[in-house]
Amino acid sequence: MTITSSAGSDITPQAQLVTIVVDGVAIQIPKGTLVIRAAELLGIEIPRFCDHPLLEPVAACRMCLVDIEGVPKPQPACAQVVSDGMQVRTQLTSPIARDAQEGVMEFLLLNHPLDCPVCDKGGECPLQNQAMSAGRPESRFEGEKRTFPKPINVSAQILLDRERCVSCARCTRFAEQIAGDPMLELLERGVRQQVGTAADQPFDSYFSGNTVQICPVGALTSAAYRFRSRPFDLVSVPTTCEHCASGCSLRTDHRRGTVTRRLAWDEPAVNEEWNCDKGRFAFTYQELGRVETPLIREDGQLRVASWPEALDFAARGLAAASSHGVLVGGRSTIEDAYAYARFARVALKTDNIDFRVRDSSDEEAQFLRSSVAGTAVRTTYETLEKAPVVVLIAFEPEDESPIVFLRLRKAARGGTRIYSVGAAATRGLAKMRGTLIPAKPGAEAAVLAELAEHVRVDLSTPGAVIMVGERIAGVEGGATAVLELARATGAALTWVPRRAGERGALDAGALAGLLPGGRPLTDDSARGAVAAAWGVDSLPATVGLAGTALLTAARDGAIGALITAGVELADLPDQILGRTAIEAVGFVVALENHHSAVTELADVVFPVAVVTEKSGTFINWEGRPRPFAQAFKDALVMSDAVVLGMLASAMNIVVGASDVAGIRRELGALGAWPGPRAEQPSSPAGQVVQGAYLVATWRELIDSGVMQEGEPYLAATAHAVAATVSVTTAGALGNPELVTVTGPLGSVTVSLQIGDVVDGVVCLPLNSPGCALYRDLGVRSGQAVTIEGAV
Amino acid sequence: MITSGLTPVITEHWDKPDLYTIEGYRRVGGYQGLATAIKMDPDAIIGQIKDSGLRGRGGAGFPTGMKWGFVPQNDGKPHYLVVNADESEPGACKDIPIMLANPHALVEGVIIASYAIRASHAFIYIRGEVPHAIRKVAYAVEQARASGLIGENILGSGFSLDVVIHSGAGAYICGEETALLDSLEGYRGQPRLKPPFPAVAGLYASPTVINNAETIANIPYIVDRGVPWFRQFGTEKSPGFKVFSISGHVVRPGIYEAPLGITMSELLDYAGGIRGGGEVKFWLPGGSSVPMLTAEHLDIPLTYEDMAAAGTMLGTGTPMLFDNTVSVVKAVTRWLDFYKHESCGKCTPCREGTYWITGVLEKFEHGRGSAAEVDTLVNLCSQIAGRSFCALGDAAATPYPAALKYFRAEFEAATSTSADAQFDPVASYVFAEAATR
Repeated sequence: MTITSSAGSDITPQAQLVTIVVDGVAIQIPKGTLVIRAAELLGIEIPRFCDHPLLEPVAACRMCLVDIEGVPKPQPACAQVVSDGMQVRTQLTSPIARDAQEGVMEFLLLNHPLDCPVCDKGGECPLQNQAMSAGRPESRFEGEKRTFPKPINVSAQILLDRERCVSCARCTRFAEQIAGDPMLELLERGVRQQVGTAADQPFDSYFSGNTVQICPVGALTSAAYRFRSRPFDLVSVPTTCEHCASGCSLRTDHRRGTVTRRLAWDEPAVNEEWNCDKGRFAFTYQELGRVETPLIREDGQLRVASWPEALDFAARGLAAASSHGVLVGGRSTIEDAYAYARFARVALKTDNIDFRVRDSSDEEAQFLRSSVAGTAVRTTYETLEKAPVVVLIAFEPEDESPIVFLRLRKAARGGTRIYSVGAAATRGLAKMRGTLIPAKPGAEAAVLAELAEHVRVDLSTPGAVIMVGERIAGVEGGATAVLELARATGAALTWVPRRAGERGALDAGALAGLLPGGRPLTDDSARGAVAAAWGVDSLPATVGLAGTALLTAARDGAIGALITAGVELADLPDQILGRTAIEAVGFVVALENHHSAVTELADVVFPVAVVTEKSGTFINWEGRPRPFAQAFKDALVMSDAVVLGMLASAMNIVVGASDVAGIRRELGALGAWPGPRAEQPSSPAGQVVQGAYLVATWRELIDSGVMQEGEPYLAATAHAVAATVSVTTAGALGNPELVTVTGPLGSVTVSLQIGDVVDGVVCLPLNSPGCALYRDLGVRSGQAVTIEGAV
Repeated sequence: MITSGLTPVITEHWDKPDLYTIEGYRRVGGYQGLATAIKMDPDAIIGQIKDSGLRGRGGAGFPTGMKWGFVPQNDGKPHYLVVNADESEPGACKDIPIMLANPHALVEGVIIASYAIRASHAFIYIRGEVPHAIRKVAYAVEQARASGLIGENILGSGFSLDVVIHSGAGAYICGEETALLDSLEGYRGQPRLKPPFPAVAGLYASPTVINNAETIANIPYIVDRGVPWFRQFGTEKSPGFKVFSISGHVVRPGIYEAPLGITMSELLDYAGGIRGGGEVKFWLPGGSSVPMLTAEHLDIPLTYEDMAAAGTMLGTGTPMLFDNTVSVVKAVTRWLDFYKHESCGKCTPCREGTYWITGVLEKFEHGRGSAAEVDTLVNLCSQIAGRSFCALGDAAATPYPAALKYFRAEFEAATSTSADAQFDPVASYVFAEAATR
């Protein structure tokens, strides 16, 4: 593995310091710091509700009033900027501050119900805690509390108990300032003030769950967690999100072997304190449809087998085959992906391996080998925030890497100019104040080659970034054009895959022609070094099959045995090829945690662990390792690497460490490849397909993905499924309400929506309920469809 | 220094039925101030207003010229003038009569002030409940526009100005200047965090001057007649004249324009004294948001400084007087009910405090208060005053402690006797028969 720190590469100038005194203790802090932050640095905690370090100050709750010398009235520490020589006295040393805080607390509790015993927040509630630390022992209020009907839905997932709300406006500020989804707003006035939404516009934000987490009382709860547990009954484990390549830190809370909820955890360098709703709520899949024991096929039927029997069966089947292939889905940890990469070369003596069980191309493979695999961390979230210009290519951050979206939005609010090369100016792009560089699907390479001069000039600014999504694989000449653009402008180029395991699998060498750390297989010294590290005399020296070539070879009977791991056949654009390929392989060994289309066809199925049952590391899009610990300490399910190790033993082959620590040691020892890299692709720009209507498509964040199963409230907040076209295109179609879109395999009927889309292009969700393009239409991005108004 | 007698300036020609038209206004010397101003250097006008010592008539009494001087010049940003005509203070009724009777004084003041602060857009935010006043001002603006006094290149000076009239939607908080700006921008009216102050980042984040309507109506006269003329009225610290609106149990409630420094007793004489020869029980010099005074304070000059020394404020300069038929418990309860209703909800002390205090006061009004609560309320008011986000909370915390200072016995009696039993409510009605009183 090749992760190096970028420390020392840039030196931030020292901010101007001022000296202030808090409760008699002097501290030097940068000018512009808020008093409440300065006090925190001294370990002095001033009580607060509306204050949140990532939201703009509002000074509404008045809980943090402190006494500042020379100022007649107590001042809110959350909004007061320090000035040199300022003397601050908090509740610890000032009777005025103490009295003011007690007064505010008494007011806050006035209309707050005493329903802590049935409130989800009870036990982890800032109001409860601070009422104890900063409140009077008893209230003098004897009147009637204000009440509201409870609870109301602000979205399918988020519920609001208005009488618990203390009007801190954290949720509304989050919605407006961070997510850019200002559907939550304060309504009415006085004690009738309440959070609410417009009647026809629920709070369907991809980031809505964060409001539940930052609510300092129990006013906002999620339908998924409401009334499910008491916080003090939960066991909390720091984890990493497995849903995308953003690499969010999470906290997984579990009780009696079941995950009860997940929270965004504090990681300033990555997700700050936020995550998306998929990362927060989509974990029920972990328990559904699990493979629980090894299975082997006997007389055409899968049956339960013991581990020794299944291992022996698999070992013999693999040994009997003369040619092999390995398909590692994009969800593996780097440790597991490394185990596959090593197993393929050492145990199966093949280089036929790919982690891209999705739309892929040889050009993309060349791009990844030459320019991404094993490269050091260069572009980070922080770089994005400081970048003057960011150009997005084949990448819709809000859907495909939501924390990248949040950081780009933050950057845009700070002045970063954002361009997106694509077919549609989406709402996500508008929220990033971005500009669309229109390109019909398939024309991206040509558009990049003829990019407007001012964008090229922009991109030549130091610090400029090009972000390219995994969908570039579907664009002929796309990766070549992107590399050329980066070379010509000097902008940093970064690849943002969608799945959490892809970057790790690439760094681990789970791709034909590539060994760990970005080592080209064809480089003799690189190959020799890896062979030595793995304790074998030699490794396959010719580049194996990958992507469609591997599947085609399988279909044509050229692959005798295949190992699959985390493979979802529905992710392949050519679903017929995928299925016939698996069917044609003589012997299929599946390492899966869930029953799927692949396990139905496999000859041996081994159960493997999901993320809660193992430890490991995801490498996020930055190239940053995001290690996580095993949540369920006593889980008995084994990781892929352990199962592969046992399988190798059954084959009488030694493959090296199969535990996480051991694999990390091996990866660390190999390190990054300093030598010459694989060759860059040079493919000509593709031609745009002829046809009246071309499809532009990507996977929406909340869709029919198998890892979102079992969470109906989350599913209900998905974007409405629609075909989005330009006004002109809609007019040409006669502005029908519904349209039927037809491709080679069939058609779907969806509602028509007008948007800022290139004429002649129809935007459709790739895999949403009622609109699964690969399965229902048999088309991928850039292909032609017919559209007709439907009744 | 003239500090007594009536000195009608803004109200001088209110008996002329066509004063609201540009012709009528011009006939009495209108728009001469503008003609003078437009030839002056804008900074000279700011200097003149500074020298005049004119203080804001909206309640706080901040020096107007100084406020104008805060606007950064040559900053490349648009500047805005916003006129606060959202007159909503209980007891105040002076801006609305000015707009009804003499709207061109306001419009002329707007043009001069905009020219001085280099604003090419001015907004007049008028309380939505007074459409008749809005119509009058709108008509005046249209006439001024038709006469080339608003629009491009005013009077050949090269200065251009557009004036927009905006109607409020019924929120007291929108009289608070930053809440007014939010409302004007189309948001829900709630006060903004300061800094930045409006002079630096106000309307649409640009430098903005917000002045009360009466303040702006003063401007044409000062520019036209000069600083010495203006300063002959009032006192050193409170120069000028004031449109006093007198209400309550007086024989002739209404508008009385007099120099600052006049006493309440002199004004009361003009207003015909308390009805039926009665006596003042308590009075408020400037709306419900200032502490009340009693009959012993009637001879204190009505200036910013003297009112402050007496423990109250001149406020909007709209005295409300109450005679002996009135229950102070009931009056304070009504005011608090108003503040509870109008509290915007943004900050905790005002939102929750007004709710709590009003509930307790309602008990007192019905004779169910407790002795302990008489003092609890004082403490609650002290928890609001100076701790709320804006001045609305301070205002809400004002009536009770002031009332308690002079009428503690009445609150103590309200622990067993209702306000109506202490004071026959019918007797306090304006139309009550003398016999009932």
